[in-house]
Amino acid sequence: MPYTLTVNGSERSLESRDPDQPLLYVLRNALGFTGPKFGCGLGQCGACTVIADGSPIRSCQLPISAAQGMKITTIEGLGTIEKPHPVQAAFIEEAAAQCGYCTNGMVMTSAALLAQNPKPSVEEVKQALAGNLCRCGTHDRVLRAVMRASGRQKT
Amino acid sequence: MNAHLSRRAFLQSTGALVVAFGAADAGLAQAPGSAGAPGRVLDPARVDAYLALHPDGTMTIYCGKVDLGTGLRIAIPQMAAEELGIGLEKINLIEGDTALTPDQGTTAGSTGIARGGVQIRQAAATAREALQRMGAERLGLAPADVVATEGEVRPRNGGAGIGFGELIGDRQFALKLDAKAPLRNPDDYLLVGKPLRRPDIPAKVTGTHLYVHNLRVDGMLHGRIVRPPAVDAKLVSIDESSIAHIPGVRVVRIENFLGVVAEDEWDAVRASRALEANWETRDTLVGDEALRQSMQAGPFESDEVLLKKGDARSALASASDRLRSEFYWPVQTHGSMGPSCAVADVRDGKATIWTASQGTHRFRFAFAHFLGLPEDAVRLIYLDGAGCYGMNGHDDAAADAALMSRALGRPVRVQWMREDEHRFDPKGPPQLLALEGALGSDGKIAAWRTEMWIPKATASLPNVPLLGPDAAGAKQPMGISTGLISQNASPPYGVKNVDVLAHWLKDAPLRPSNIRAPGKIANIFAVESFTDELAAKAREDSLAFRLNSLEDPRGVEVLKRAAALLGWQARPSPGPGGLGRGIAYVHYKDNENYVAIAMEVEVDRPTGAIHVRRVACAHDCGLMINPDGVRSQVEGNILQTLSRALFEEIKFDRKGVTSADWASYPILTYPDVPELLIDLVQRPHEPPLGAGEASAAPVAAALANAVHDACGIQLRTVPFTRERVRTALSGEGKSG
Repeated sequence: MPYTLTVNGSERSLESRDPDQPLLYVLRNALGFTGPKFGCGLGQCGACTVIADGSPIRSCQLPISAAQGMKITTIEGLGTIEKPHPVQAAFIEEAAAQCGYCTNGMVMTSAALLAQNPKPSVEEVKQALAGNLCRCGTHDRVLRAVMRASGRQKT
Repeated sequence: MNAHLSRRAFLQSTGALVVAFGAADAGLAQAPGSAGAPGRVLDPARVDAYLALHPDGTMTIYCGKVDLGTGLRIAIPQMAAEELGIGLEKINLIEGDTALTPDQGTTAGSTGIARGGVQIRQAAATAREALQRMGAERLGLAPADVVATEGEVRPRNGGAGIGFGELIGDRQFALKLDAKAPLRNPDDYLLVGKPLRRPDIPAKVTGTHLYVHNLRVDGMLHGRIVRPPAVDAKLVSIDESSIAHIPGVRVVRIENFLGVVAEDEWDAVRASRALEANWETRDTLVGDEALRQSMQAGPFESDEVLLKKGDARSALASASDRLRSEFYWPVQTHGSMGPSCAVADVRDGKATIWTASQGTHRFRFAFAHFLGLPEDAVRLIYLDGAGCYGMNGHDDAAADAALMSRALGRPVRVQWMREDEHRFDPKGPPQLLALEGALGSDGKIAAWRTEMWIPKATASLPNVPLLGPDAAGAKQPMGISTGLISQNASPPYGVKNVDVLAHWLKDAPLRPSNIRAPGKIANIFAVESFTDELAAKAREDSLAFRLNSLEDPRGVEVLKRAAALLGWQARPSPGPGGLGRGIAYVHYKDNENYVAIAMEVEVDRPTGAIHVRRVACAHDCGLMINPDGVRSQVEGNILQTLSRALFEEIKFDRKGVTSADWASYPILTYPDVPELLIDLVQRPHEPPLGAGEASAAPVAAALANAVHDACGIQLRTVPFTRERVRTALSGEGKSG
C-alpha cells in the first residue's frame, strides 16, 4: 500500500505492506533517518521520539497509516553538526551524552518543550523528560544543557 | 580542538553506513573475512601494533580497547599525542577490530586507560625515541639535542625540523615496546589533564553517529530471534503456515535455535511474533523469591579464605557485644537502552561480524569454534552500541546473526527486541554477605568477619556460553563469568582481626556476567553499611569513626573533601529526623581509586519513598587524562547505582525472567535526579587509573547510611523499594 509522509519538510512516498507498521521502522529503513532509535517498541523509553505537528511522540507507537498528514521532524531535521538547533548546540556544549543511544529522545523532547515553554524551571524540564530513560546517567548534563538552551543556567 | 578528520570519521558522519563489498579500504569498508590487513602488526609487544605514522604527517592509533560512551575516543589520543608530540587533529583512532588492532584485553574492569592507554602511551614514547634518533641523524645532531614536538623532530636550540611523516612515512618502526622509554614530565603536559571535547558528541546529538544498529550491508537480511518461553526449552515443532501471510520470510531453525529473516525489518518483527512454535519447557530455575535462601544451601564449588589477619573468631567470641548483619544484592540486568544488535556476513569460509562487543579479540575464538572456521578466517569489528556496562546481550546478538548468516549465505542483521534484552542478557549475579564485628575498648573496630555466598566464575574460559550456539547444539564450555566479585569485602580501617571467607557457589540462578564494578558495589554496600552500624553502636559520628582509623592519606583526603562538599555536621546517627546524611568510602580493589560519597536524603514515611537530595563525591584516580571524561563517568556511576539500589531487581520464576520491560523493571527517571557535587583530585605524578567503575562502589552504602540517619532504619536488602522502607519503618529500627 502506498503512503505519503511529510518528514523534515519533504514529502516522501513509500510502500508498506502493513498499515500498522510503526513510523520508527519506516523512518529508519525506507527513509534512512536513523537518528530515532529503537529502544523498547513499547512507548516506555523515548529513544524513538520525533516531533509530530509540534508535539513529541513515540514513533514506535505511531502506525504509518496514522502518520500520514502529520508534519514530522526527526533529529536530522532539527539541525546538523554545522548548523545545530539551539538545544543540540547546548547538548554539545555540555557534552550531554555518553553512549548517546537515548540522546535522540532527550534532544527532541527538550526541543518540543522549549518551543512551548521557552523558559522552563529545572523542575519543569525534569517533568518533561520524565518519560525519557537514560542508563548511562547523563541526566544532570542533559538538564544543564536544556537550561543553557533556554538562556539560563542550572544552579 | 579540531574535529578528527579521517576517513572513519567521514564514514561515521553518514550515520547510516552502507558497506559495499569490494571497496578497498583498511577501515570499515573491507571485504569480509580478511584476517589481517596486509602489513598490519598485531603483536601487542610491538610498537607497530599500535601506531602508524603516514607520509602526510597524520597518525593512526590502533586501539584494542573501545569507547563505550566512556570517552576513550579522546583520552587515548590525548595520551598518545602528548607522548609523541603531535597534534590531536592529526590522529585517527581505530578501535577493537581483530584484523587491525592488537589484543589489549577486553574493555572491562576499568582498564581502558590504566592498561590500554598506558600501553599505547609506552608505544608512543618508544616511537618518539626512535623518531628523535632518526631526526637527529638527519639533522646531524646528537639525539639529546633534538625534541619531538608538533609532529616534527626539531633542533633543541631552534631551527627547522623534519616532519614525522617524512622521517618514517608508512614504514614500520620494527621495534618492541620499550618499557624503559622515558615518559614526558607531567609538569610539561600540553594535552593530558585538559577537559578536551569528545569527538563523537556532535554526531550523537544530531542523530548522525554510526551505531551498529544503523549499519546496512549490501544484500543484508533483517533477522529476529524467536526465544523460548523458558530457559533450556526444547523446540518441539513449528507451524510455518502461521506466517504465510507475510511474504518473503524465511525461518532458520537449528535444533532449538529459532529465528526468522526478511528483506524488510518490520516483516521480520511481525513474523517472529506470529510464528507458532511449540516448546517443551521445564521448571529449572529457583525463582527470585527462593533465591536468597538457596544461596546458603549450595551446592558449592569451594570455600576460599580471602583474607586472614589476627584471630577474628576468638576476638569476636570474647567480645561482650558484637553485631551481625546480612546484606543482599539481587540479580540485576545491565539495562542497556538499545537492545543488542549485530550484523554478520558468514560465507565462503570467512566471517565478518560487526558487533558492539567489549571483547572482539576475546570472542574471536568462540565464534570460530561454533562456526567451524579457522580463527584467522573470522574478523570481529567493533561498532558502537547502546551503553552496556558489562557483557549485556551484544555478544549473543552477534552469535545469532552469525548463525543465521551461515545458514543463509547472506549478511544478516539481528536486533533483539526489548523483552529479549531484559529476559536473556546475562545478568549481574546475586550476592549475599554476613558480617560480624565488635568494637574494642578504644571505640574502634576490634574484630571483623565477612562471609559471602557468591557464584564462582569458571577459570580460563574464553567466554560466557552464548545463547544462540547453545540452542543450536554447538559445543561450548559451559562455565560462568561474573567478573572479580569478591574484592573489597573487608574494612579498610586498620582492623587487627579480620577474616574474609567466600563460599563459592557452583552455579548462578540465571546466566551471569560482569556488570559494572563487578561485586564491589554489593561488597562495599555491606562493608560500609556495617561500618556505620558499628559507628552508631559506638555513638560516634560516621565520618569521624572512619577518619579515626584510616591511615592512607589519599583516602583521608577524599573522605574530608566529600564531607566538606555536602556540609557534613558531625553527630552520631541516627539524627533528629528530617534530612539524613550518610557517607561511604572505597579504596577500589584495595589498590586503585580512592572515592568517598556523601549523600543527603529525605524519607517520606507514609509512602516509604526515598528522595535523594544531594550527592557529593570526591574522586582520586591518580593522573586524570581528561577531567571532563572522568566527571562524566562519575556522574554516570552515581546515577546508575542509585537506580540499581533504589529500584532494580530482576524477577524470575521457575521458567525464566518475568521482568521483561521497563514497566516491570523500573529505573531512575529525571524527577529522581539529585543535585550532584563532584570534586576531582588531580594527581599528575601518579599512574592514571580508570574512572568507569570505582565511584559506583560506595553509592548504595552512602544511601543506606543516609536513610538510617534520616529515620533509624538500616536497609540491608536491595532494592530499597517503598514497600521495603515502609515495612522497615513499621518494625522500628529493624533491618529492611
